[in-house]
Amino acid sequence: MSRNVELTGQTGTPGVWPRLRHALSPTGNAGDAIFRGLLFTAAFFVLLIVLAMILALAAEAKLSLRQFGFGFITATDWNPVKGQFGALPFIYGTVVSSLIAILISVPLSLGIAIFLVEQAPTYLARPLGFLVELLAAIPSVVYGLWGIFVLAPFLRVYLGPPLERSLGWLPLFRGPVTGIGLLTGGMILAIMVTPIISAIVRDVLTAVPSSQREAALALGATKWETTRVVLVNGAPGIAGAVILGLGRALGETMAVTMVIGNRPQISLSLFEPSYTIASVIANEFTEATEDIYLSALVELGLILFLVTFVVNAIARVLVWNVTRKTGGVGRAA
Amino acid sequence: MLLASKTTRLIALLVLTGLLSLGFACSPGNTGSGGSSSTINLQGAGATFPNPLYQKWLSEYGKLHPNVRIDYQSIGSGGGIKQIKEQTVDFGASDAPMKDEDLKSASAEIIHVPTVLGAVVITYNLAGVNKPLRFAPDVVADIFLGKIKQWNDARIKADNPDASLPATEITVVHRSDGSGTSAVFTDYLSKVSSEWKDQVGAGTSPKWPVGLGGKGNEGVTGQVKATPNTIGYVELAYATQNKLPVALLKNKAGDFIEPSFDAVSAAAAESLAATPDDLRVSITDAAGKGTYPISSYTYVLLYKEQRDAAKGKALVDFLWWGIHDGERFAKELNYAPLPPEIVTRAEAKINSIVSGGKPLR
Repeated sequence: MSRNVELTGQTGTPGVWPRLRHALSPTGNAGDAIFRGLLFTAAFFVLLIVLAMILALAAEAKLSLRQFGFGFITATDWNPVKGQFGALPFIYGTVVSSLIAILISVPLSLGIAIFLVEQAPTYLARPLGFLVELLAAIPSVVYGLWGIFVLAPFLRVYLGPPLERSLGWLPLFRGPVTGIGLLTGGMILAIMVTPIISAIVRDVLTAVPSSQREAALALGATKWETTRVVLVNGAPGIAGAVILGLGRALGETMAVTMVIGNRPQISLSLFEPSYTIASVIANEFTEATEDIYLSALVELGLILFLVTFVVNAIARVLVWNVTRKTGGVGRAA
Repeated sequence: MLLASKTTRLIALLVLTGLLSLGFACSPGNTGSGGSSSTINLQGAGATFPNPLYQKWLSEYGKLHPNVRIDYQSIGSGGGIKQIKEQTVDFGASDAPMKDEDLKSASAEIIHVPTVLGAVVITYNLAGVNKPLRFAPDVVADIFLGKIKQWNDARIKADNPDASLPATEITVVHRSDGSGTSAVFTDYLSKVSSEWKDQVGAGTSPKWPVGLGGKGNEGVTGQVKATPNTIGYVELAYATQNKLPVALLKNKAGDFIEPSFDAVSAAAAESLAATPDDLRVSITDAAGKGTYPISSYTYVLLYKEQRDAAKGKALVDFLWWGIHDGERFAKELNYAPLPPEIVTRAEAKINSIVSGGKPLR
């Protein structure tokens, strides 16, 4: 009441502050206005950072953008000695390795999360959950070393040869198997992404109200059917987890570099060495002396930005389609 | 109204303090150069290869001259060249000498002072081979070109008649990161193989015809160790520390030479006649007996005309100390020291540095 009085008292020429305050908070409450202003600043900050990054990258990449134009994305040759720069092999390596990672890690993560929330007794769920979170804290260079000394030899000796024998007729699994290559890179990424996805999915599933489970069980549903109800409830949250994991996989540098073979080529075979955008930047940035070379590397950074954006957009559209079909079910997360 | 005015005042106060602190940060009086006038700060940046030696030099020199503080950041040769050209550091460092066009685009004359020598060695993982393998230059080039594919190739056998070479495919491992090591190695291959020169060329990140890329010396070593039938190249220092099997290489004189610090120093000494006055020279595939063929200098880069006489003097004194007293730390840190002939040539370069027209030494 007093506020109204206060405002009407100034209707003649309202100052900037009251008008701003009113715009920020419908009630005209000063505290709310400040609160809203702070939140808006925080959200706006993200936008600002993204914009600043794109602008800075574009400015640094100007030379390369001007010289190679759109052909930079479709060119397949990367030869700094001769001044030829093409991004396609790196885009291919980045997208395919992340795809492999997601294909392996999503079922695994869902399994982990469902077990922890729906099945595991508390005395098991706690330590297991803790271990999963611990996996997320291991530095990526350690993953890389493990990849070189354990995963790559394992692939070369045990996993690769049978795959080549049984599925070698597919171009995907054509040898020779050196243990270093696209598949190894994808598997390392899968292991690194799994703790992130499973931890988030676990929290999402925990947030699904237990009334949903009780209702399903009361209708005579089995454990599996109940779990399906829970999963459908948590679908949007699970999708968010997958997208977050995908983002991590696309940008991961160190561990992938150590096992992917670092060869800018496009080969259908998953056993062949490949290269990712993040890896080539990390590898070649320090010793890139020519301006055009440096500029091409920065443009790769810009492209990674774009690739991440496009892949995320595609993932969002897919998710949106899925959740729309399951429509009617409440959104838990 | 009371509430509003209170908040307004609070915001005004916050804004004011923000502006004030900004003003202070930007004010020219507070440049942060600080310290007493007797302390001299020098900044250097560049090659990673000589970093352990330079850090040792800095700490030893710091003990003798507590008034001189030198920082060296190992950001890579490319960064070293860039920073000295942009004059953001007092000295740069690079494994490969600067190219002519790089020197031309610099604002003033840049001098190269060699500090120490390094070498690249061929390492491999081949079960059942106990004696070091021997390679002729053309064989090395053709292996890395992908033309020699099997370990039991007649041309490898020719130089290793006693070794039991398996009939397996050779897997080549090379550096994936841009590196002076790759530059030296490809420089050597370009000299001994015209096909390599035409098809690949020399550089820090060449387009390798075959093979897997490992990041850093440790990445190459890791892949060679973990994968049978591989061949790769690493720095001599790294191979020595990790006791890797290394191959003997046939030099220009026709002898198979084991990589050693003396053989590397010999390559520099034997190349003396071919070394130009500015000391920018490649000493790979050197002539003369007892020279290891994949050797190279690493350089400190600085301007011939130093703007600040006091800083210039400190830098010149430090370098002088480095190529004389500092060389004794080289071998213990797995570098080959400069041979005496080259030290004399480097002295002349250091003596040519001036400030305001006056020599600093």
